[in-house]
Amino acid sequence: MTIDLEMAEIINVFFQESEEGLDAMEAGLLSLEDGSDCETINTIFRAAHSIKGGAGTFGFGEISKFTHAVETLLDQMRNGAREVSADAVQVLLQAVDAMREMVALARGGTPGRTATADTVGERLTALLEEPANPASPRGRPPAETPTAAAAPSPTAPAPAAAPEPPAQKSAVAAVRPEPPAEPAAAGEQTHWRIRFLPHVSLFETCNDPLRMFTQLASLGELKAQAFTQAVPALSEIDPTQCHLSWTLDLYGAVTREALVEVFDWVDSNSSITYEQLDDSAPPVDAAPPAAELPVYPPSAGPCAAPAVGTADQFADVPSVPAPDAVPAGSPLVAPSEASQASAPLSASKANVEASSIRVGTEKVDALINLVGELVITQSMLGRFAEGVDAGRDLELLRRGLAHLARNTRELQESVLKIRMLPISFSFNRFPRLVRELSRRLDKKIELRLRGENTELDKIVLEKIGDPLVHLVRNSLDHGIEAPAARIAAGKSETGVLELNAYHQGGSIVIEVKDDGAGLDRTRILAKARERGLIAEDASLTDEQIYNLIFLPGFSTAESVSDVSGRGVGMDVVRRNITDLGGHVQISSERGQGSTIRIRLPLTLAILEGQMLRVGQETYVISLVSIIETVQPQPNHLHTVTGHAELFKHRDEYLPILRLHEIFGIEPDSRDIADGLLVVAESDGQRVAILVDELQAQQQVVIKSLDRNFKQVPGLAGATIHGDGTVALILDVPSLISTFSVRTTASVGRAA
Amino acid sequence: MTATILTVDDSASMRQMVSFTLKRAGYTVVEAADGVEALNYARTSTVDLVLTDVNMPNMDGISLVRELRQLQSYKFVPMLMLTTESGQDKKSLGKAAGATGWLVKPFNPEKLLATIEKVL
Repeated sequence: MTIDLEMAEIINVFFQESEEGLDAMEAGLLSLEDGSDCETINTIFRAAHSIKGGAGTFGFGEISKFTHAVETLLDQMRNGAREVSADAVQVLLQAVDAMREMVALARGGTPGRTATADTVGERLTALLEEPANPASPRGRPPAETPTAAAAPSPTAPAPAAAPEPPAQKSAVAAVRPEPPAEPAAAGEQTHWRIRFLPHVSLFETCNDPLRMFTQLASLGELKAQAFTQAVPALSEIDPTQCHLSWTLDLYGAVTREALVEVFDWVDSNSSITYEQLDDSAPPVDAAPPAAELPVYPPSAGPCAAPAVGTADQFADVPSVPAPDAVPAGSPLVAPSEASQASAPLSASKANVEASSIRVGTEKVDALINLVGELVITQSMLGRFAEGVDAGRDLELLRRGLAHLARNTRELQESVLKIRMLPISFSFNRFPRLVRELSRRLDKKIELRLRGENTELDKIVLEKIGDPLVHLVRNSLDHGIEAPAARIAAGKSETGVLELNAYHQGGSIVIEVKDDGAGLDRTRILAKARERGLIAEDASLTDEQIYNLIFLPGFSTAESVSDVSGRGVGMDVVRRNITDLGGHVQISSERGQGSTIRIRLPLTLAILEGQMLRVGQETYVISLVSIIETVQPQPNHLHTVTGHAELFKHRDEYLPILRLHEIFGIEPDSRDIADGLLVVAESDGQRVAILVDELQAQQQVVIKSLDRNFKQVPGLAGATIHGDGTVALILDVPSLISTFSVRTTASVGRAA
Repeated sequence: MTATILTVDDSASMRQMVSFTLKRAGYTVVEAADGVEALNYARTSTVDLVLTDVNMPNMDGISLVRELRQLQSYKFVPMLMLTTESGQDKKSLGKAAGATGWLVKPFNPEKLLATIEKVL
């Protein structure tokens, strides 16, 4: 792989990570509304922090710059310097949106700042300029975060390891002899005298003075003199301690910054002075005055570890003594204390940072395909064994095959699981959505999410997102009433919207349930008649009436609001669900609310199938679409004018589909009474499919026909049997829409 | 024998970037996603250099350095922190824990390699 390709791959990982980070930030920010806790703020902070760091590294300066302000605000919140106000959370949520936009732009190859980022950026700046208002319950002094840090200083491609302002080096400043305003202009020959008194613990951090001297020597001409007075007697010497000190003279065009950088890593607990001398200054010839030479006792004692500030106010990390403060061999208390203290920091929400692997979908698909082949082979072997005479060896072979069958099934299950993701990936967007919508609609709504860990196929998960959003918008807009109306109806002011996911049989069920006004039967009927969707005199069951809202061109909303009525109707919702091989069902009670129940297959790769035979051909029909199978009684068969044949099933008249006619094959018998009728349903419409015989029920691996054949109405794909023959899989929805003349209107007439 | 570097970062993209840069420069790279993972690795294997992010879940970089320094085999292994915190506090904490030095993010591959060459 070339460098560019590999980098592109890594940058892609950065985008995915940023998107996950933004999701985590959003979820965290929303949960802050119910009261803040440091753990949540830390998680949010860490996500912002990672995005900033990554964006800077991968050259997305705009994202990095923008996120810096976000991070600053979060930092003030987490160390208690700023209150977690609703206002700030709102701005941060908008900032998440802005960052999302910018990440999307960058992903699209045109990184830049968006209009949202400009607007939100101004609000962030304004917020940061407000005097920080420490959150009183935490009682933290705001001193730790100076307002200077709040200034949106560009961090993007700033020079790495920038030297800090000299003012922070208090230890150095104390002994610095020269005025601060002496930096040598670049290119000017200077003579620097450096006094370097390393801390005895210098070696313990693996810092080698030799490295610094080599670096200095690369800057100019270096003369070094070592002082050995502090070195203990040979018998007492500890080779891991540094007892030497140096005076270094450097001649060359060297700036103070360059020197500071050389000693950057060691200056916090060593004493270093930089002195600019006249060029005429003699070479080093004498030890520095004794007063300047601190003498460390051989046993380090309480070392001059820097008075470490509690960097992380929230975690309350105790100031930790430097390692050399603890005599070797003595029990080490500090680290364990520190790790305990930092525990709440790291115990972040499991759902956000659940360990996972990222696998390319195409790889998994290939794997699933292979396993499908394996299933076929196994079933081929199984048939072979059945056909041969019984014997001792055969018994063994059978046993082996039984194992193979079990292993194959397990392998298949576990491979299918790779594609499965918890539905929380889809549910996660709703807290935000519901919050914003309820604000906009002036309604009070409590969102309850249940069964968030229910897993389903990634593709199904991706495709169910939009229909769910639509259903939720609908419930909020048309289902749940305004607070006043709710109180008038004797209900609590706050409406409840519940999203629930669970497994049932081989499917997954997702419910969108509200305790709102429920569907208005009369209005739906009136509207359906007005639009000519049903006959004037049609008499329908409640369920049939509710299902009318899924017809194209149906909308009961009196005014088209900007929340739902966006032109995408419930018909699109139903089509999306049907395309996934699922069903949608509505139940509703006037005044009590509505429940929309979506039933989806667990996966799109495998089908729980019922095998059917027509003449010499075998077909597979999805088990979930079968209501029941009946042997027709002649008195239940009717023919209406035209040549529609109907079957009276319970109190319903169902059109009969003769599969042999549709596919042009020769059946055992053309007499309906000789065959079987499979009552199948899709989208609330039922038909009776005429077949010769029912065969086994079996899990089948779906093979797509699209790649090699044009789309054939009535067929969803094919599968391969153990004997190598192909069986076509029936597509019930398209069978109904293509071959059935039945509409809701005709039901009305027939009844 | 090429030097082995343990790189610790919770961000997969940063980890891969560092790892990619180092591998191209001829180093052997071991990756860990947080302090706990790194420490578990370190208990059984040694490396020539540890490069760790500071802000990480489970165990942050500073605690990791502190824990590593307690291991006999890591007493003299250089440890660098990758940090965006240019503030003195994290650096001091890191120093106190036993870190050799730090590299401020964002950095480019050249800077990363130059810094590593300083200590290896």
